[in-house]
Amino acid sequence: MVRFESVGLRYGMGPEILRDISFEILPRSFQFLTGPSGAGKTTLMRLILLSLKPTRGIITLFNQDAKTLGKDAITALRRRIGVVFQDFRLLDHLTTYENVALPLRVQGRAESSFRAEVVELLHWVGLGERMHVLPPVLSGGEKQRAAIARALIARPDLLLADEPTGNVDPPLARRLMRLFTELHKSGTAVVVATHDLTLMDRFDSARRLVIADGRLQTYE
Amino acid sequence: MRASRNDAASGGALKRNMPLVPADSIAGRALVTVIGIMTFLAAFMVGVGIMIHGASREWTDSIAKEITIQVRPSPNRDIEVETEKAAAIARATAGVAGVRIFGKAESEHLLEPWLGTGLDLGELPVPRLVVVELSNAANLNAADLKDNLRARVPTAFLDDHRLWMERLAAMAQSLVVLIVVFLALVLVSMGLAVAFATRGAMAGNKGIVDILHFVGATDRFIAVEFQRHFLRLGLRGGAIGVLLAILGFSLFETLSSWWARSPGGDQMEVLFGTFSLGWIGYAITISIGGVVALLTGLVSRIIVFRHLRGFE
Repeated sequence: MVRFESVGLRYGMGPEILRDISFEILPRSFQFLTGPSGAGKTTLMRLILLSLKPTRGIITLFNQDAKTLGKDAITALRRRIGVVFQDFRLLDHLTTYENVALPLRVQGRAESSFRAEVVELLHWVGLGERMHVLPPVLSGGEKQRAAIARALIARPDLLLADEPTGNVDPPLARRLMRLFTELHKSGTAVVVATHDLTLMDRFDSARRLVIADGRLQTYE
Repeated sequence: MRASRNDAASGGALKRNMPLVPADSIAGRALVTVIGIMTFLAAFMVGVGIMIHGASREWTDSIAKEITIQVRPSPNRDIEVETEKAAAIARATAGVAGVRIFGKAESEHLLEPWLGTGLDLGELPVPRLVVVELSNAANLNAADLKDNLRARVPTAFLDDHRLWMERLAAMAQSLVVLIVVFLALVLVSMGLAVAFATRGAMAGNKGIVDILHFVGATDRFIAVEFQRHFLRLGLRGGAIGVLLAILGFSLFETLSSWWARSPGGDQMEVLFGTFSLGWIGYAITISIGGVVALLTGLVSRIIVFRHLRGFE
């Protein structure tokens, strides 16, 4: 699904912040991406999303070499990936419903064709009563769930979640993680970036990708 | 768990398909103002151009239609005989379709705006006029006619106003060309203002563009969203500008029709035609609003595409 081979990244003439990164994300797999703050977890996720170009190495996404992809092909691949950003990145002038429906709307689908689906998902993540509300009015946990719902609405093959439990209390964090594991069971490959060791210990069977000093180690 | 049930449960209808680019912003309002002013200027110039063009056509037509012979009274000559003689000379000239002598009463009537009514003008040396209708202005040899009149009717004077009418018409046509140039400059300036505003909007909404890219929006989708945003601003600004222009022209027409009742107004109307746009003029003025909105949308689309091409 995603394969990195000796990928390196540097900004400008600076030092390499990611060095010789090699790993593979298999379909229907579940893994944590971890490491200290500033180690490059978000950067690695941006590389997977092809919003950054590596300075060296090969990135293969859904069996396609990223170097050969044009903008339309990148867009098509991104539609197969759901992303939960650390800072949620909800559009403040759109309601919760509109934010969650966004990935379907940009595909050009008619609103009537996905309305029920979006409303159902909003209820599933516990935001059924908050669908008319604008994001500035939502609490941190509600924003997090709205961001997760947006990432899930298009039924992605791969879910990237950047610190999804970073802004919520432990009970809600556990609830969100259960949501990810349910999603994993339904066939989606999941990558959760976190530096919360306690959380990872609760899901001991999950693979761990650990970034430190610009290098990545995999623990099966 | 269906939408209708949830809509009702949540206390209202879902807000759907709101513009992805925030509709109201200080920059947006400033751009609406700029577009409004530019549209007003463009519509005003087009309106003035239409009026000048109309006046110029009237002058040109009148040049092609007729000239006047003025027979002045002289103590030693019978003005009636002299007038008939001048009319006969004109009738015999090539390019003349017909000749009409203004009667004494008609000539005196022409002085009424200056001297008022009810005066006995019989004792005044009022000149007589012979209106010469032309079949083809190009065939008329005005110099020959002038020479013939001078030789045979010394008191007759050919009022060959063609030269200054031609100059006025040429001046009016030049003004129309100048107005077209100014109109083009106004539209180019507006296009540049929209281009800068679009760049500003793209920079200001970079976060939105990022998110749209991440959720799988194509450049085309994003460009259409920005184009819609600017089309809306263009329509709003265009409508304001057109409305102001129509109000201005209506006011101008009302004032000129009110002023036209005075003798000075009559003369101005003869010289410059009527200060009226007509329904075609108003239709063109309104269409300028539409053109401005379309131009705004088109420019923003081009700028957004260029911006996105370099977007990473």
